[in-house]
Amino acid sequence: MFADSEYTGFRAEVRAFCESEIAPSAARADEEQIFPKNNLDKLQQKGWWKIQLPEEYGGINYNTVQYSIIVEELCRVCGSTGLTVAAHNSLGVGPIYSFGTSEQRDRYLKTDSSQAVLIAFGLTEPQAGSDAGGTQSVAVRNGDHYILNGTKSWITSSNLCKYAIVTARTDKSGGVKGISSFILEKGMPGFSVGKKENKMGCRGSDTAFLHFDDVRVPVENRMGAEGEGFKQFMITLDGGRISIGAMALGLAVGAFEVAAKYAATHKQFGKPIGEYQAIQWKLADMATRIEAARGLIYGASVMKDKKQNYSQQSAMAKLYAAEVCNFVTFEAIGILGGDGYSPRYPVERMYRDMKLTEIGEGTSEIQRMVIARAILKSIKVDA
Amino acid sequence: MDFNFSEDQIMMRDTAREFAEKRLKPIAEELDAKSHLPAELLKETAELGYFGLLAPEEYGGLAIDYLSYALVIEEISKMCAALAIAISVQNSLVIKAISRYGTDEQKDTYLPKLAAGEYVSSYCLSEPGAGTDAGALQCRAIRTGNDFVFNGTKSWVTSAGYASIFLVFAITDPSKGRKGISCIIVERDAKGMSLGQPEKKMGLKASDTREVSFVDCKVPVAQLLGEESHGLKVAFSLLEAGRVGVAAQALGIAEAAFAEAVSYARERKQFGQPIIEFQATQFKLAEMATRIDASRLLTYRAATLYDSGEPHVKEISMAKLFSSQTANYVANEAVQIHGGYGYVKEYAVERYFRDARITEIYEGTTEAQKMVIARALMQETQR
Repeated sequence: MFADSEYTGFRAEVRAFCESEIAPSAARADEEQIFPKNNLDKLQQKGWWKIQLPEEYGGINYNTVQYSIIVEELCRVCGSTGLTVAAHNSLGVGPIYSFGTSEQRDRYLKTDSSQAVLIAFGLTEPQAGSDAGGTQSVAVRNGDHYILNGTKSWITSSNLCKYAIVTARTDKSGGVKGISSFILEKGMPGFSVGKKENKMGCRGSDTAFLHFDDVRVPVENRMGAEGEGFKQFMITLDGGRISIGAMALGLAVGAFEVAAKYAATHKQFGKPIGEYQAIQWKLADMATRIEAARGLIYGASVMKDKKQNYSQQSAMAKLYAAEVCNFVTFEAIGILGGDGYSPRYPVERMYRDMKLTEIGEGTSEIQRMVIARAILKSIKVDA
Repeated sequence: MDFNFSEDQIMMRDTAREFAEKRLKPIAEELDAKSHLPAELLKETAELGYFGLLAPEEYGGLAIDYLSYALVIEEISKMCAALAIAISVQNSLVIKAISRYGTDEQKDTYLPKLAAGEYVSSYCLSEPGAGTDAGALQCRAIRTGNDFVFNGTKSWVTSAGYASIFLVFAITDPSKGRKGISCIIVERDAKGMSLGQPEKKMGLKASDTREVSFVDCKVPVAQLLGEESHGLKVAFSLLEAGRVGVAAQALGIAEAAFAEAVSYARERKQFGQPIIEFQATQFKLAEMATRIDASRLLTYRAATLYDSGEPHVKEISMAKLFSSQTANYVANEAVQIHGGYGYVKEYAVERYFRDARITEIYEGTTEAQKMVIARALMQETQR
């Protein structure tokens, strides 16, 4: 299969680790709404908090296909852990490496290798969701620092993180070109974590509000020039979408495997339900769509690594993988019947985790806008 | 079109609607979070006569028609699908069975208490290895002297935690296989019967669902309901009534999720306008509304046919199939319209999404409904 043969051994290693080290805590993380602290260290030892960073930053310098495989395999056993890894790598580490100064990279990425240092990403606000350009947080320049005020919502790893990259308006005239980005550190006076969200799924991931109340942010913590924040984040999200697509793929694969095994073994009317055509066709459709999603995700990953314009492809990969995940986890529950509605089988959790993939890092509606805009832009219409 | 509801039907619907709005809506989120229907609420439900909707008047029941019954279940389900299923099991399964098959003595003993809601009741058909294939049940009730001696386990028993009586299906004549199944009324204090812990479930959390186990549990032979070895006939004769209830429940969930989606789409502004102004949102709402209307028509038609005694088996399965699929479709889109807010407990659509999933599983899965419909089609078209 596409891109896979090259990575067979790699995937096997990743899978073995995920099954032995991550899977056992998945149900409890969901039930207790706590990110398993042990996972922080285990993933640190694997280097998975710096998956795509060069070695000089303590990274393991993997390509994007490898990164996607890691997120996929993590989510195959625990969506919350995979989401946390994806958000940190794509949205936290990624932009600092891409847009930060060498001083910023050294300070925030060359971190102590003995412990996990998480970086959160603060773009969304209560009134600025799909319309991220509607950011209302404000940063007013005052000598050698900015005074930051505002609130960010749905922030993954709010409590776990040590640093957060956030956007705020530096130019009151409005528009997306008045948005800049800043690197905040926990402990800065006025920077606090708000209420934790009680979510349908991905309950082990740490989602909360970030509040800024007259936070003094040194000018050297601004990332890039004033007004570049929005553009930076749009570029960042192009990459992030591949990882959420990989998350959806992993959840789908996890649910599919449980359903296929159940179909092969669970008997009704004297034979395994997998012998009924209705169940067979479900399994066939699930497997086919999973492979198509995988192809889109690895395709976008390869394009990113080749430094081609992959914006449309990552949106397509994320859109399609999330919808496949919805289809597959839904049907997996259908195959399990009442057992699928119970947390005794992981598909119950995977179905709830799934819904995040159609919402986070750009809803399916936003992906369609991105794709359509790219298509229409590519067509030259004679006047 | 108003379906020409009678004054009585309108009164039943409006009373239920008021109860749901005033009494259930304010506590629905809490009931879900605590996974519990408080005794006080069950008492109020009883006082409204809802545990005796289908019981004959001579026993203190309301003896309403099925269309009225569907209207009540629909309204209750808009705010609390968990209470609706307790009402549905009590009426369309237990009261229906005792009214139809009970001896005078059994009717005198149980119907007044059931009708008054003094007794809440459970229905025990499914087993760990017998779901869609109900006839594969293994639970035994072997006659010994003047008793049946029960041994076995029943799963997914609704209201088990507070039920006073249980309608239990068990093998009384092992030599006849599935033709040796009988239906027996078991009282709560029967020695040898024990209840499991409440099942954890994705949705319908406030509904008390448990395993019920029997170890040498003796029940007097006078508790046999209907003829010995005619248990499956009893069970199959109740399927249609139960399915009308679930079709109405799914309809109520869909309508409530739709109402939340419309109101959110009007309030929520992105890109400078309410999101209901976007064509993509409008088309979603149009699709949702159309499918809800079709569900409503199918469900009311099914109830009306059942009332009139015209052929209704296929039509009831169609109503249950389509309504439950619509509930899932609509709840999914309602969450999508809410974006991140649809993923958290503060918004009712989060609960509707989880509750909707069971409507395609219980009282016959979607696959079982298709089997019924297809069988009817083949009979109709036989040459």
